[in-house]
Amino acid sequence: MSRIGVFVCHCGSNIAGTIDVEQLAQAAREFPHVVHTDDYKYICSDTGQQSIKDAIAEHKLDRIVIASCSPRMHELTFRKMLESTDVNPYMLEVANIREQCSWVHKDKDVGTKKAIDLVKMAAAKVDHDAPLFTTAIPINKRALVIGGGIAGMQAALDIADAGYPVTLVEKEPSLGGKMVMLDKTFPTLDCSACICTPKMADVGSHPLITIKTLSEVEQITGYVGNFEVTIREKAKYVDYDSCTGCGLCETKCPSKVTSEFNQGLGLRKAIYTPFAQAVPNKPTIDAAHCRKLLEGKCGVCEKVCAVNAIRFDDVDTTSTETYGAIILAFGYQLINWQELYGEYGGGLYQDVIHGLQFERLLNASGPTEGHIQRPSDGAEPKTLAIIKCVGSRDPHKGRSYCSRACCMYAAKHAHQYLDKVDGAKCFIFYMDVRCAGKGYDEFYMNTQHDGATYLRGRVSKIYEENGKLVCLGEDTLSGSQVRVDADMVVLETAMVPADDANRIGSMLGVTRDKDLWLSEAHPKLRPVETNSGGIYLAGTCQGPKDIPDTVAQASAAAMKVAILFNKDELESNAMIAQSNSSLCNSCGACEAICPYQAITLEEITRRENSVMVTRKVSKVNPSLCQGCGACTVACRPGAMDLKGFSDEQIMREVDALCQW
Amino acid sequence: MSVVESNSDFQPTVLAFCCHWCTYSGADLAGLNRMNYPANIRLLRVPCSGRVNPQYVLTAFNKGCDGVLVCGCHPGDCHYVSGNYFAKRRMMAFKRLLEYTGLEPERFQIRWISGSEAGKFRDVVTQVCEEIRALGPLKHSASFEAFAEQGALGTVNALTPANKAEEVVEND
Repeated sequence: MSRIGVFVCHCGSNIAGTIDVEQLAQAAREFPHVVHTDDYKYICSDTGQQSIKDAIAEHKLDRIVIASCSPRMHELTFRKMLESTDVNPYMLEVANIREQCSWVHKDKDVGTKKAIDLVKMAAAKVDHDAPLFTTAIPINKRALVIGGGIAGMQAALDIADAGYPVTLVEKEPSLGGKMVMLDKTFPTLDCSACICTPKMADVGSHPLITIKTLSEVEQITGYVGNFEVTIREKAKYVDYDSCTGCGLCETKCPSKVTSEFNQGLGLRKAIYTPFAQAVPNKPTIDAAHCRKLLEGKCGVCEKVCAVNAIRFDDVDTTSTETYGAIILAFGYQLINWQELYGEYGGGLYQDVIHGLQFERLLNASGPTEGHIQRPSDGAEPKTLAIIKCVGSRDPHKGRSYCSRACCMYAAKHAHQYLDKVDGAKCFIFYMDVRCAGKGYDEFYMNTQHDGATYLRGRVSKIYEENGKLVCLGEDTLSGSQVRVDADMVVLETAMVPADDANRIGSMLGVTRDKDLWLSEAHPKLRPVETNSGGIYLAGTCQGPKDIPDTVAQASAAAMKVAILFNKDELESNAMIAQSNSSLCNSCGACEAICPYQAITLEEITRRENSVMVTRKVSKVNPSLCQGCGACTVACRPGAMDLKGFSDEQIMREVDALCQW
Repeated sequence: MSVVESNSDFQPTVLAFCCHWCTYSGADLAGLNRMNYPANIRLLRVPCSGRVNPQYVLTAFNKGCDGVLVCGCHPGDCHYVSGNYFAKRRMMAFKRLLEYTGLEPERFQIRWISGSEAGKFRDVVTQVCEEIRALGPLKHSASFEAFAEQGALGTVNALTPANKAEEVVEND
């Protein structure tokens, strides 16, 4: 027989002013199994809590009802209090007689009557409370960072500096991501490679960081603290242990291929390092273009290699390892404008290029060694048109969002162009200029002073005429049509999620928004966490960002990992679903409905009606279950129940309410 | 109007299943702002609207509640990703079934109220309580009783869709 104690709080006059607390305490004494009631001025105070502890000892109470403010306010306070008593902290119900009674009903009789009902419901529920316990989940203190751009590198460095081992997975042959392709960064005009490559070197030489380039994550299972990750490391055809990175093979290789790093504007070899400062600075063979691998002829790299590092028989390898936390930092890609914007030539005109290609033209180690030359004939363009929002803020053809970095990116392009080319003219077509950031608006103003002409309007058509690219657009400020005869056109194209976003997102149960960016747990207050425990976001995989924001988010994500790793084990949620295996009919409805992939069907063998039977039953993983209860309703045989909000408890509450 | 007047003294019992994260906190906010609404409403806190089994609703009606309200986060805002979509699908199908057995549509309603919508909470509670007050006490039809009898045996669970949230049409 349970022994319930009911404690009514006055909350000063907040409750006692509109509810007759003595009458309430008296009425509660009549409820089934209530053996003690009391009222107190402030139960949440130290003396109030002590009075409950004393009553528990004196009356041998085994469960408690507190009629006070909302459980959202003090349920945890009272649970903590119960930890130092014999009563299990979960044998507690709070009747909300302040927010939902005394504060909203002025009439004392009506309020008291409702308060009695609320306490009656709580007493009925607490009568069926069961002691609940949390379990400890061990944490594997190794982190996995997916993506080796600036976000992934920053996160990996911060976690490693905190003293935890990190594996950094990058699908390209080198770290660096998009940042290392940029020439300069706004608004300070720092050389991008000069600030990015030292970080790459730091990552490369950090004793706690393992780099896996040309690698992809194939499969992830498990949960916070215990992720099982399978990584496929593609064949590099070069033994990195013996290769010295001398580069002789690269100079001798006869196959020339367009360079991905130079955005298709330059050439590389079939055996190559993507750029001079690559990390790891060792070459890879591009199997799709290598003559030896395709036709069995050539093999010159093998002949010239002094250390015999070439391995034409190299194959992909997969490895599975356990990690405690995962940071997703696989970045963005640029929108395929050629497919969407036929009015800009759709790729027909060689001299209509996108912003990242222009970065490579500006870069001293780029295909033109920093001289601005048109891709078509190598001439220096004297008139440049820059078109912003190509794909951004265009719900009909592109994406509805703003890509955030392109306004500054365009201003920087204009500045650099006007700086490098004498007598140049630069026209920038824009919709709005959004330069929110430290020193950003000043930079934009300077670009205007440099002589860039900003035209507010979109370009409707680009066509070739007499060797010029004619841009037809409008200037909405003067209300006139504009024609710019440009030598070259730069399109500032939208950022879109990387191809991996959907695959990895669904593998981990991380939700994607309407544009397929990965969703954070809360847009304001939990911007680096995801809804899946132990998985964090860094950089542009979450949405368009510039470099400072990316780095800030990466460090924040690393901090979250360090906080997690600082504990030895995690405490699981006590109020979670549990399955009664003798009722389970293995239909799998719970498994399908669970938003956290917390339920699996597992085979069990046991004696049923004197026969050994093997069948599948649902099993809840306490580390993953968040206690939403969706599975309990989906369960047809009624095997699934939610601890703390069980069917029995809710039905008793309904019963209690209906008895008035 | 005559119906309203004839029932103006009637005090209905209205049970509201409210999710902890949105509607329950909206109700707390209404209290904090000292808003007034009819005292006929009784909130029953559940972690998520997806936790509400149609059987609870049936039991409530069967045992004498005059109205039942199921409230949760707005579609897309569920603390548990998709629980309110499950609730919506279940409850909409269940509501039709109840109406088929003769229950007035006003007696069983499904509403989405966020944690910041104290005013909406007050308005919804007031509206629902007044509608039910106007209808008068719940009189069980023979078909409802027969249905509730079966429901108590657990057959309502068969209504529950096990489909994933993606299939649910997203509109409020």
